[in-house]
Amino acid sequence: MNFPANLRYTKDHEWISLEGNTATIGITEFAQSELGDIVYVDINTIGKALNAEEVFGTVEAVKTVSDLFLPVAGTVLEVNPALEKAPELVNNDPYGDGWMVKVEVSNPADVDGLLTSEAYTSLVG
Amino acid sequence: MKNTPFTEKHIALGAKMAEFAGYNMPISYTGINDEHASVRNNVGIFDVSHMGEFMLKGEHALDLIQRVTSNDASKLTAGKAQYSCFPNEEGGIVDDLIVYCIEENKVYMLVVNASNIEKDWNWVNRYNVNNVEMHNISDRTCLLAIQGPNATKLLQPLTDMDIMNLKYYTFSKGKFAGIDNVVVSATGYTGAGGVEIYFENSDGAADIIWDKMMELGIKPIGLAARDTLRLEMGFCLYGNDIDDTTSPLEGGLGWITKFTKEFTAKAILEKQKLDGIKRKLVGFEMVDRGIPRHDYIIKDATGDIIGKVTSGTQAPSLGKAIGLGYVAIAHAALDSEIFIDIRNSLVKAKVVKAPFA
Repeated sequence: MNFPANLRYTKDHEWISLEGNTATIGITEFAQSELGDIVYVDINTIGKALNAEEVFGTVEAVKTVSDLFLPVAGTVLEVNPALEKAPELVNNDPYGDGWMVKVEVSNPADVDGLLTSEAYTSLVG
Repeated sequence: MKNTPFTEKHIALGAKMAEFAGYNMPISYTGINDEHASVRNNVGIFDVSHMGEFMLKGEHALDLIQRVTSNDASKLTAGKAQYSCFPNEEGGIVDDLIVYCIEENKVYMLVVNASNIEKDWNWVNRYNVNNVEMHNISDRTCLLAIQGPNATKLLQPLTDMDIMNLKYYTFSKGKFAGIDNVVVSATGYTGAGGVEIYFENSDGAADIIWDKMMELGIKPIGLAARDTLRLEMGFCLYGNDIDDTTSPLEGGLGWITKFTKEFTAKAILEKQKLDGIKRKLVGFEMVDRGIPRHDYIIKDATGDIIGKVTSGTQAPSLGKAIGLGYVAIAHAALDSEIFIDIRNSLVKAKVVKAPFA
């Protein structure tokens, strides 16, 4: 499985990529493959300031539903609008077109404390 | 955890495996939507060898079946099968099952859910006062379901039995893919057409038949798609939609509850029918966005609790979210507006008839 080295990861299987104070967040290839066909991404936290590890939404697969946890504290700025019509993008391109939210991160240094690609690989390996 | 004779095949094919009813079973292979569509539109094969099979033999076999099941098995002639259930003493359901009449008044096969094999075996034995010969053949019996609109025409060349013209809920026994004594039954849990085949796993029969199915290019399907396929048809799943606490009348199984004969809890169920049931299993589809799941609470427009979801999913063939659930009888009519409590918000749904369309 592919866990790009330029991203950071959580034990809850989210990835995060930081540019300035703005982070893009999604779920990993491992997570999408465990969930199976994703049919609905339900995120109602735009504008909300959330703590690290707080639930920012849920992802529904055909058979199961899973909470989405924010990797670091921040405010949800935007939900990927493409997921409304095409939630399967999360399966097909989890690190690209299947991103989930953009977040204004409270403290960018928090991201350094998350798992590296190497550490995450050994976690799910 | 037990294996079926096909477990190694599933693993070799790269299936996602999980424990189900004590067996190591394939949950999915290529993805649930893809597998679901294969069965609905073409053909697929399920290993359901974890299911239980009991043989009942002798002059009192039919009496025993009549006593413990709700449907009227005296209507069965050789080669016919019947959906039925075992009511418990309180009018709940011990299990649902299929009764196969192998030889009229003499030999019957009961096919039960994997998770209930021991419970059902003990249950039937409890009422076996006339020493009906009973054999639990579950462990040596293979069951493969080959389902889909193209199933029978693909399989027909493997046998002299006329399986293309087999009527729903009838079966034949004969040589299939070179193996003797294979029961080919026009039943299934998908509503897509096709057959289920039962055979004993001796002399490598399991390998021979499975490999033949793969040669024919029949796609293996996991239990996850089995569940979405059955739910689109509104078929009950024991343990979800019906259980020890739900009556067959509440569960929409009045059509297999025949008061023309004696059976367990007949008086209770007859009274329930006369008085009217207070809750009913209904099909519903989501009007607003959300996916119902087992155990979600159902409410009315004012937020009062009126029931509970027993099964729910995004329906792959229908492109909408559907479910089954018990609701208070006042809310059970078609088109009734109900609300599913999804993560603390009330999401609108409406009662529709099953099979879902």
